[in-house]
Amino acid sequence: MDKRTWCERKIFAKRIQKEIFRTIASLGVGHLGGALSLADLLSVLYSDGGALKHDPKNPRWKDRDWLICSKGHAGPALYATLALRGYFPLEELDTLNKPHTNLPSHCDRNLTPGIDMTTGSLGQGASTACGIALAHRMNGASNTIYLIIGDGEAQEGQVWEMALLAAQKKLDNLIAFIDYNHMQIDGTTDEINSLGDVAQKFREFGWFSVEADGHDPGALQAAIDLAKTVKEKPSMIVMKTVKGEGWSKSAGAVGSHSRNVSKEEMEEASAEIDIAIAKYREEAK
Amino acid sequence: MSVTTAKELKYEATEMRAAFCESMIELAEKNEDIVVLDADLMSAMGMKPFQSRFPDRTIDVGIQEANMVGVAAGLSAVGKIPYAHTFGTFMTRRAADQIFMSAAYAKANVKLIGSDPGVTASLNGGTHMPFEDMGIMRLYPTVTVLEPTDITLLKFLVKEISDIYGVFYMRLVRKLVTKVYEEGSTFEIGKANLLRDGGDATIISSGYCVAEALKAADALARENISVRVLDMFTWKPIDADAIKRAAADTGAIVTAENHNTIGGLGSAVAEVLVKTRPVPAEMIGSQDRFGQVGPTDFLAEEYGLTAPHIAEAVKKAVARKTQ
Repeated sequence: MDKRTWCERKIFAKRIQKEIFRTIASLGVGHLGGALSLADLLSVLYSDGGALKHDPKNPRWKDRDWLICSKGHAGPALYATLALRGYFPLEELDTLNKPHTNLPSHCDRNLTPGIDMTTGSLGQGASTACGIALAHRMNGASNTIYLIIGDGEAQEGQVWEMALLAAQKKLDNLIAFIDYNHMQIDGTTDEINSLGDVAQKFREFGWFSVEADGHDPGALQAAIDLAKTVKEKPSMIVMKTVKGEGWSKSAGAVGSHSRNVSKEEMEEASAEIDIAIAKYREEAK
Repeated sequence: MSVTTAKELKYEATEMRAAFCESMIELAEKNEDIVVLDADLMSAMGMKPFQSRFPDRTIDVGIQEANMVGVAAGLSAVGKIPYAHTFGTFMTRRAADQIFMSAAYAKANVKLIGSDPGVTASLNGGTHMPFEDMGIMRLYPTVTVLEPTDITLLKFLVKEISDIYGVFYMRLVRKLVTKVYEEGSTFEIGKANLLRDGGDATIISSGYCVAEALKAADALARENISVRVLDMFTWKPIDADAIKRAAADTGAIVTAENHNTIGGLGSAVAEVLVKTRPVPAEMIGSQDRFGQVGPTDFLAEEYGLTAPHIAEAVKKAVARKTQ
């Protein structure tokens, strides 16, 4: 990835983070940390010219790539991204979790344009993504099915049931990401129920697996490009991320999973993000 | 809807699983979106002929019921019509959350088959004996809950649920059942079948207990007690009109099910009665007990599901009318 594209991806990621703060601050509380840590990946996927084939004017376009966000609580990150890409007006982000909203805490395919699968109960999006990939293969379709799981989520047995089956079925149209930020609600994943070398675990399960810096758009794009060349195996890209990345007060902080965000905090975070955007604009020149 | 009941109560000539497999093959030949999933029980369900005929539309996931239901929901999102099978215990207990969220809450189009209902789990014993599967499914909004009585009704349901978008749970005996309906009978999901008419009481039965209810009605007729018999093969949405009419016309109700009466057919009927026309009611079924090992005949007697128990319950309900 050239420097200019890299900076553009970072800038879009920062804009996503800014809208995540706006979204969560509208009610004053929400799942902040695990939404922020996905911003760079979502930028790489959804940027103009990004990895994911989609059409904001036709969210159920048959030939699109799919994205299943199994860590459904990261809904606000997807909503911010989809709104920025024109799936629905940015103002709608202010309705998060308000009565009759189309933007609930956890992703809902029947409410939000551009959301491909209803998720929330952890582990389940992994299996549905596997079914979606199988159906596309049955249809002889060439779409890529992208799946995002959380690292804490990988403590669910269902993830490993899916891992076995996707390898058995040689689903090379499935590219998964794990948001390996090492944090969960009650503390670090290593303290609570460690995942250890998660890339190696997926390799043992018959997957192609690589690690990538989850905040480096170039590394993420390279990992996706590599995964697309893999035949007869699903791919797992282990993203080394920082939960709550984007704001000095949430980055790496236990308690950022779900937290209050006041208007003042939103402004403080937005100011930090604006500084970062200015820096990337300068670098892009 | 018009049913003709068999003149004589005897076993079907073939097992339910053979009829199920045959129906699925017929269906898949006509509809290319049909996909079959199983969790290592294709042999037990007699579905190997389907697998041979449609290898590319058969997914045996191995022993992972939760994953299977999720995969089925994913297939549905792309327009497939998945029929997923495992034992009723594992379908509704192990995959309970997946049925709830990935299938029902997500508005998927998934058909779930849970085999070996209640006492028909027989030698697999209490660990494998679902007296709770229908109750669990009944709690989930939008899920249609079915129990086919015999092969004629099964064949109708297998086809019918492929034409209706949504989540269906159908419990299914794998082996021989008593033939209740003549071929040519027609059915409607959500409508009870009237098998006998009578004025003194109504037996509202399902599955294994339908044949027992008919035997009980015949025995009671000899004692001048005239009994209406309904086959309530749809537990949800339940036929409230038929229950209301039965209460009005006969004044006493007995429910008969191969399931825990708590949360089961007994509860479902009582919910309608208390809101419409409360009359004396008795409930035949497992009385909140776990299953155990034994031949089906022994278990049916042990849990009080047989005709003599049903007849006793009818007399009790009728006696309560005057209290």
